[in-house]
Amino acid sequence: MAMQDTLTTTGKEMRTHKRLPAEVNILFVLIGIALVFEILGWIFQGQSFLASIDRLKIMILQVSVIGIIAVGVTQVIISGGIDLSSGSVVGAVAMFAMSFAQVSTYARAVYPGLTDLPAIVPILLGLGFGGLIGLINGSLIAYTRIPPFIATLGTMVTARGFAKWYTKGQPVSFPTDGFAFIGKGMMPVVIFIAVAVIFHVAMRYTRYGKFTYAIGANQQAARVSGINVERHLIKVYMVAAMLAALAGMVVAARGQTAQAGMGLAYELDAIAMAVIGGVSLTGGRGSIIGTAIGMIIFGVIISGFTFLRLDAYYQEMIKGVIIVAAVVADVYRQKNRKKT
Amino acid sequence: MLDANPASARSPYDGEYILEVDNVRKEFPGVVALDNVQLKIRPGTVHALMGENGAGKSTLMKIIAGVYIPDRGEVRFAGKPIDIKGPIDALNSGIAMIHQELNLMNTMTVAENIWIRREPKNAFGLVDHAQMNRQTQDLFDSLNIRLEPKGLVGDLTVAQKQMVEIAKAVSYNSDVLIMDEPTSAITESEVEHLFAIIRDLRSRGVGIVYITHKMNELFEIADELTVFRDGKYIDTVPASDVTRDDIIRMMVGREITEMFPKVDCPIGDVILDVQNLSLPGVFHDVSFKLRRGEILGVAGLVGSGRSNVAEALFGVKPAETGDIFIDGEHVVMSSPQVAMGHGLAFLTEDRKETGCFLILDCLENIQMALLTREKVNGLGFVQQAEITKLAEEYAAKLRVKTPNLHERVENLSGGNQQKLLIARWLLTNPKILILDEPTRGIDVGAKAEIHRLITQLAGQGVAVLMISSELPEVLGMSDRIMVMHEGHVSGFLDRSEADQVRVMELAAK
Repeated sequence: MAMQDTLTTTGKEMRTHKRLPAEVNILFVLIGIALVFEILGWIFQGQSFLASIDRLKIMILQVSVIGIIAVGVTQVIISGGIDLSSGSVVGAVAMFAMSFAQVSTYARAVYPGLTDLPAIVPILLGLGFGGLIGLINGSLIAYTRIPPFIATLGTMVTARGFAKWYTKGQPVSFPTDGFAFIGKGMMPVVIFIAVAVIFHVAMRYTRYGKFTYAIGANQQAARVSGINVERHLIKVYMVAAMLAALAGMVVAARGQTAQAGMGLAYELDAIAMAVIGGVSLTGGRGSIIGTAIGMIIFGVIISGFTFLRLDAYYQEMIKGVIIVAAVVADVYRQKNRKKT
Repeated sequence: MLDANPASARSPYDGEYILEVDNVRKEFPGVVALDNVQLKIRPGTVHALMGENGAGKSTLMKIIAGVYIPDRGEVRFAGKPIDIKGPIDALNSGIAMIHQELNLMNTMTVAENIWIRREPKNAFGLVDHAQMNRQTQDLFDSLNIRLEPKGLVGDLTVAQKQMVEIAKAVSYNSDVLIMDEPTSAITESEVEHLFAIIRDLRSRGVGIVYITHKMNELFEIADELTVFRDGKYIDTVPASDVTRDDIIRMMVGREITEMFPKVDCPIGDVILDVQNLSLPGVFHDVSFKLRRGEILGVAGLVGSGRSNVAEALFGVKPAETGDIFIDGEHVVMSSPQVAMGHGLAFLTEDRKETGCFLILDCLENIQMALLTREKVNGLGFVQQAEITKLAEEYAAKLRVKTPNLHERVENLSGGNQQKLLIARWLLTNPKILILDEPTRGIDVGAKAEIHRLITQLAGQGVAVLMISSELPEVLGMSDRIMVMHEGHVSGFLDRSEADQVRVMELAAK
C-alpha cells in the first residue's frame, strides 16, 4: 500500500532527519557564556579562563554536589511535580548519617557507646532515611492529591526541624576515614558522574523512565494506559530524596562535619539547574544531559565571577536573570514548535 | 411580582416575534455548523428547540449570545437587528441564558452569585450585603424557591444550583430566556417546580427558548417547536399538532449510507458478563452480555451514563455494586491494570484529555500500554528494537500518516491520533475492546478505515463494546444495540429490528 511505503521509507530516514535535540541549544548557551568569560579574562586579567585544569576542576567540584540533587529533581519535574525538600534532606541526612560515622576516639554527639562502624553502615542508614522522607513525599502527593509544592514544602520544614533537634543544634564532626572518603578530592564529581550516567540510562531506556515521562505528559492517559500512577510517583520522590541524602553525606564527608543548617536553599539551585537545562516545569519534557549542562553553566558563572574578582552579589543577581531567561526561552521554543 | 428587582421592567413588546433568527449560516473550518436556519420566538410562549447532538443548537445559542458572529443572516430582537458582543451585552439587551453547564462560583454565597456585577451599594460605595440578601429573598419568594441567600453555592446540590441559575436569569427581567437542557440534572418534583416558574414567566410575556431531548417534557410545556438536523432548519410547528413519532422523524430524517462495512462474522460464546453494575447517582443496574466476535453498540444521549459504564468496566472509576464475569471468572475491576490483565482495552472518548501524550512522540504513545505488561527485561530495560518493529508494523497497518514515528503526536491530525491510540491497544492483544466514540471529530476517510478495522477485529474473535453518539454508526456497525437513558439500560435492539426511530425512542423516552 502507498501509505505503508511512505512509512517504511521515511522510517529509514528518521535517524538522519531527527530534529536536533533541545540539549544542543543549551550547549550553545554554555559555550557562549564560557567564551564571554574567556574574552573578559584576556581583557581584564591578561590570562585564559578555560585553559586552567585547576580552575576547571574547582568549577565542577563546586557544583557537583547540587548536581547530584538536580538529577533527582529532574526526574521529579519530568513527572510533573516539584521537590522543595531536597535542601533540608541534605541537612537532616548529613546529621543522621554522621552520627553513625563518627570515630569513637572523640566524644560522640548522639550514640556515646558506639564503636567505629564500617562506612557502608552510615551510608545505608542515610540512604534509608532519605528514602523514608521520599516515601512520605510521594505518598502524600499520590494518595492525598495535595500539590507537590505543598507536600514537599511541609517535609522541607519538618526535615530541617529534625536536623536541628537531632543534636539540639550541635554539629557532628570527625567521621571515620572510610566515610570521609566519599567526599575526598574529586570523589563528589565521580559520584555525580556515576549518578548522572545511571539516571540518563534509566530515563531513556527503562520502563521507569518511560513511565515518568508519560505521567508528566498526561497523567490521565498514563492511568488509562495501565500505569500505576500512584506507585510510580512514590518511586520518583523516593529516588529524589535518596539522591539528596547521598548529596548530604558527600558534603558532610568532605567537610568532616555535619551541621543542621547544611544544604540550605540547595533545592532552589537544583531546580534552577534543571530548568536552565531545558526541563519543562509543566512536566514530560527534559533530560539528565540537559540538567548536567545546566549544572556546568552554573559552575562556569560562579568560577567566572571569582576569576574576574567580581563581587559574589553580582553572581546571585546574574543567576536569577539566567534562570528566568532560560524559562522564557523554553516558552518561546514551545510556541514556535507548535506553529510549524 | 418581581418589583423588588432593581432592573427596570421593560414594557412588553407588541410585535409578532420578540426574537427572530433569519437565514443564519455559520461555517467552521471543514464543517457547516448552521446552514440557513431560522428561529422565531413569540413573546409569551415556550418554544422548544430540538435536534440530535451536533444538529447546531448550541452554535445558534452562541450566536444569539454574541459568542460567534454569523457568516450570513441576521438576528433581530424586538424587531431590531441586534449587536451583541458577549454575555453581558446579551443580558443588558434583555436576553438571559441558562447554560447546560452551571456557571456559578462555589466559594461565594447564593446572593453574591445572583447579583454579581450588580451588587447594591451603600452610601460609601461598599457592597450592601443586607440589601442584597433581602433582594435575593424577595426573588426566591416570588419563585417559590426555598434556599438561604447567605448559604455558600458550593454546599448546594446540583439541582439547587440549577435553581439559583434560574433565579439569576429571571432577576434580569429579560424578555427572552434561553434554557439549554435545564432538567438534565434535576429530579421529577424539581422539574414540576421549574415548569411552574416557566408558566409564570410565560404569562408575563417572556419568550422562552427551551432546548431539550426529552419528549414528555416537550408536550407538557412547549407551545411551539423547531427542529434542526445536521445544521439545517427542518420545520417549526405548534406542539399540539405533532406526535412524538413525527418529531423523531423530523430529527432523524436522513438515510443511512453504506459507509459502515459491517461484515457478518461468527459470534462465539459469552466472554463478558456484566450483572447489575451500579454507581449511585451515575448508572444503575446495568446488565449485559458480550460475546466473542460480537459488536455491541451502546447508544444514548450524552450524560446517559454510557461512558461511565465503560470507565467502570476498565477500572478507571470502578462501580460500587454489581458483578463482572470474564470467561465465567468473577473479576473485581479495581484498576486499569486489573482490566488489562484480563484482556480488556479501552479507547477513551476524549483523545486529548485521557488518550494521547501530546508532547511525546508517536512511538512512545504506541508503546506505553504494552510496556506496562511486557517487552521489558528483568532490569526494567525496554526491548526497544522489538517494540519499534511492532509499532511500525501496526502504524503501517492502520495507515497512520506521519513522517516518522519520532514525530510529536500534537503535530498529527485527529484521525491519525485516534489511529495511534487504537494501535496502542492492539499491541496489547485485547480480547475485549471498549471503544468510546471511536470516530469522534475525525474525517470521513479515516472514519471508514476505523470502521473496517473494527469489523476486522470482530472477525478475529475480539469482543467489541462500541459507544457512539452517531446513530448511523451504531446502527451500521453493531450486531446488537444497548440503549441507555439516564443511567439505566432502557432496552436492547437486534441489528435486524433496530432503526433510528426505535433507538431514539429508547434514548429519549
